[in-house]
Amino acid sequence: MTDMISPQNEGLELALLGAAGSGSTAGSGSVLGAPAKKRLGPFFWICAGWIGLIILLALIANLLPLPNPDFENYANPQNAGPAWGHLLGTDDLNRDIFSRLLFGSRVSLVVGFGGAGIGLILGGLPAMYAAYRRGRVDTAFNTISYAVLAFPAIVAVIAIGEFWGHQLWKITLVIGVFSAPLIFRVVRASTLSYASRDFVMAAKALGASDRRILGRELLPNILPTIVSFGLIAVATIIVLEGTLAFLGLSVPPPTPSWGNMLNESASLLSGGKGQTNPWLVIFPATAMFSLLFTLNVVADKLRAYFDVAEVKL
Amino acid sequence: MGTYIAKRAVLLVLIVFFVSVAAFFLVHLLPGNPSVAILGPNDTPQNAAILNHQLGLDKPLAEQYFIWIGHVFQGNLGQSFTTHETTTSVISQSYPIDVELIIFSQLMAAVVAVPLAMKASRRPNRLFDQLANSTAFGMLALPPFVIGPVLVLIFAVHWHVFPGPASYVPITQGFWSNIHTMLLPSIVLALGSIVVYFRLLRNDLIATLQEDFITMARSKGLSDRRILWRHALRPSSVSVLASAGVTISGLIAGTFVVELLLQLPGLGFQLISAINQDDYTVVQGITLVVAVAVVLINFVFDFIFTVVDPRIARD
Amino acid sequence: MTRLPDPSVQTAPLLAVDDLRVSFATPQGELRAVQGVSLTLERGKTLGIVGESGSGKTVLSRAIMGLLPQGSATQTGSVRYQGQEILNAPAKELRRLWGTQIAMVFQDPMTSLNPVQRIGHQITETLKLHLKLGRDEAKETALSLLMQVGIPSPVERYDAYPTQLSGGMRQRVIIAIALACAPRLLMADEPTTGLDVTVQAQILDLLSTLQRDREMGMVLVTHDLGVVATRTDEIIVMYAGNVVERAPTSVLFSRMSMPYTEALLRSIPRIGNPSHTRLQAIEGRPPNLIAPPAGCPFAPRCPYVQDKCRREKPPLVEGVVPGHSYACWFPLQTQGAVAAGAGAGSGSGSA
Repeated sequence: MTDMISPQNEGLELALLGAAGSGSTAGSGSVLGAPAKKRLGPFFWICAGWIGLIILLALIANLLPLPNPDFENYANPQNAGPAWGHLLGTDDLNRDIFSRLLFGSRVSLVVGFGGAGIGLILGGLPAMYAAYRRGRVDTAFNTISYAVLAFPAIVAVIAIGEFWGHQLWKITLVIGVFSAPLIFRVVRASTLSYASRDFVMAAKALGASDRRILGRELLPNILPTIVSFGLIAVATIIVLEGTLAFLGLSVPPPTPSWGNMLNESASLLSGGKGQTNPWLVIFPATAMFSLLFTLNVVADKLRAYFDVAEVKL
Repeated sequence: MGTYIAKRAVLLVLIVFFVSVAAFFLVHLLPGNPSVAILGPNDTPQNAAILNHQLGLDKPLAEQYFIWIGHVFQGNLGQSFTTHETTTSVISQSYPIDVELIIFSQLMAAVVAVPLAMKASRRPNRLFDQLANSTAFGMLALPPFVIGPVLVLIFAVHWHVFPGPASYVPITQGFWSNIHTMLLPSIVLALGSIVVYFRLLRNDLIATLQEDFITMARSKGLSDRRILWRHALRPSSVSVLASAGVTISGLIAGTFVVELLLQLPGLGFQLISAINQDDYTVVQGITLVVAVAVVLINFVFDFIFTVVDPRIARD
Repeated sequence: MTRLPDPSVQTAPLLAVDDLRVSFATPQGELRAVQGVSLTLERGKTLGIVGESGSGKTVLSRAIMGLLPQGSATQTGSVRYQGQEILNAPAKELRRLWGTQIAMVFQDPMTSLNPVQRIGHQITETLKLHLKLGRDEAKETALSLLMQVGIPSPVERYDAYPTQLSGGMRQRVIIAIALACAPRLLMADEPTTGLDVTVQAQILDLLSTLQRDREMGMVLVTHDLGVVATRTDEIIVMYAGNVVERAPTSVLFSRMSMPYTEALLRSIPRIGNPSHTRLQAIEGRPPNLIAPPAGCPFAPRCPYVQDKCRREKPPLVEGVVPGHSYACWFPLQTQGAVAAGAGAGSGSGSA
């Protein structure tokens, strides 16, 4: 996801937490303005609710009375605008857009949360261990993370996808693996800032096992960073998958995904007919925007609430 | 500072080596025998065996790698199976477009982001700053593949301000028409970068402006503007320059997107076409070239840091 | 820069501060950093401002110069430079004065110099900007300044970065920058804190020499009474934002009246003392500046405190000797306690 090979600038990925979305503002709280209040606010809950709604709908999509998203049903009107039977209209292959949006969200959500989860396990766990133990383990993991980070993620994912296959699980896995290094760096930096503190030494002196220290002392402290950055990672992965889908290199049609839908509408734009159905562009774009925006807001508000901005080395 | 550069150079070589190995092995991710995959399942096993031998696939892996690397150093990246052009010529024809796009968009982004960040950092958390921050935040949710089609829809299809897809004109054929075709894709690319640059620069500036040497500069009777540009900007620009390395990855993704969107024949477009035609050698070649280029660019940026901020090399 | 004698300017004191009050709005309430300070300074004279950290002396010096961040503080009273009112003046006017008329020497040269600019450039910047000197002229002047402040091999140092110089040299550079455009008033805010003891003496001597040579008025702000002992004409002692004693230097040491001043004096370790002499720290802590209690601010820590001290705040009154004022209900003389008990130590300070 990033291509930094600058060991000196380790603190930078935490600064990049700011760039990636959970903006740290010197001396104040949320990027969305106003000094950090120690509460989450209604805006936070609205955004979190929206995310929850999307997830819920994705889960129960099968149960809803929706027209088949894949099936090109010639009984439907073509390129119709929003109407009663088809809430958001139909596309040029007579498929219901609303239904496609709902089912399509699954791809983004699975890849997003799944990939982030894989990244957290592959990157976060070693990071905690490496930051705590230091020494050769730490150097080894660090070097590996630099090496993988150096490779531009999108090119790697495209290439691997092309040669290995475009199944959903494969894509999720590959993206997860390539997000691991950045998660590694962030979790490592965060753990480092706590591992050297007195309470850890105190626990050691009391004879606590490594696992206990990691789990009971360090983890609760870095959890806010993990959650907040994790959500950013989800958003970033969703963007990556969406880009892939837009390029036609993700889960292949007819499986709907938001990126796919934009890909199809884009190719229609280049037809130059001037007769494109604008809804084909607007609806998936709005859906994607809403998901990304709310994810970023939630991540940022959480970060400000827990004041994670202080995790600069 | 010499040892610093030397260390980084060693790291660079190692990483490039890794990248080349990875690129080499891509072909071996293909299910089954590459030759069969290339020829397709309808071809004869004898042909597959012949192709196998031709491609040197019956030799031990390590040997294959060195042969391949040897070819690469001679500039031979294989041939396209479909068009029979050499990969090298495909690459050399298309990369100028990417270069132009990237430079154009980053310049745009800098021209917008730097003054905005300066203005925002003068009065942090006041109206302008909050507006700018919220806008930046919103733009984060508009990656190229989302905002691109929307902008094309509005500005190229609906209002014919910009030319639509498939209307690329190379510089050689007309400077202004080239700019005209490149403007929209550059804007799409620039949007993401503006956010990153603005946010980082603003934060750094605010932190820098609280330092003692800024108060000292004020006490010298220097104007606010002079202080911002001459005194605060340089120490604050480290993060931005570092982020340039980071945004490269996003930029590449974005470049591919706009190339597909507007049918600009750059590297991304070629890559996707090659993929659609299962032209494996071309895919492999472009992957290698792009990856190595990114690594090199990062290295160059690292080097630039030490010029901008002498403190870094000292560490 | 020509300085024609201007009659009106010559009669006004170089610096005249009248009842200056500075307060900051904080979430906990209004923080009164400076509570009514008045002082005057003439050309060629040095004024020392002494106090602990938290006494308001730094805020005072910044407020006098106008360097407090805009909008952060409420400033009332009057500050007149050569007769011209500069308190709360618009930034543009102040900028015209800064560097050319009034300059400040900052403490902590490590952070006060721009780390990514060469020191030569940092000196010549004002020369080129305010005095409109050309590049070569500016460089020559800068080199001569470097020599004046006692930096060896100025030509080599000219292109150095601040991190390449020692602490003492950096402080000299700061002095050079401050003096570049020949200001008439120099504010030195803890110019030697953090430096080695031997270097401290050199820097202070340097400042005194330069001040004499250039006939500048100088305000020396420090927490160390010993520093100002030999180098000032007048001393102001500050505590909790108030002036608690003011006198010409020799008078201060010979007729010390306010117990706080005595305590300050006693807390200075002397080289002449026998080894293992106890350090006499002042007990207690400085008071809360947000909700100052009634009465004398020093009352909680004063060894001679009486009831009245806790109830009523003593005003600043003139003493017997003209020019000497103090704020104490029971000044030391009246108690019969000979202030010389601590050895009115002019000249034996630690600097």
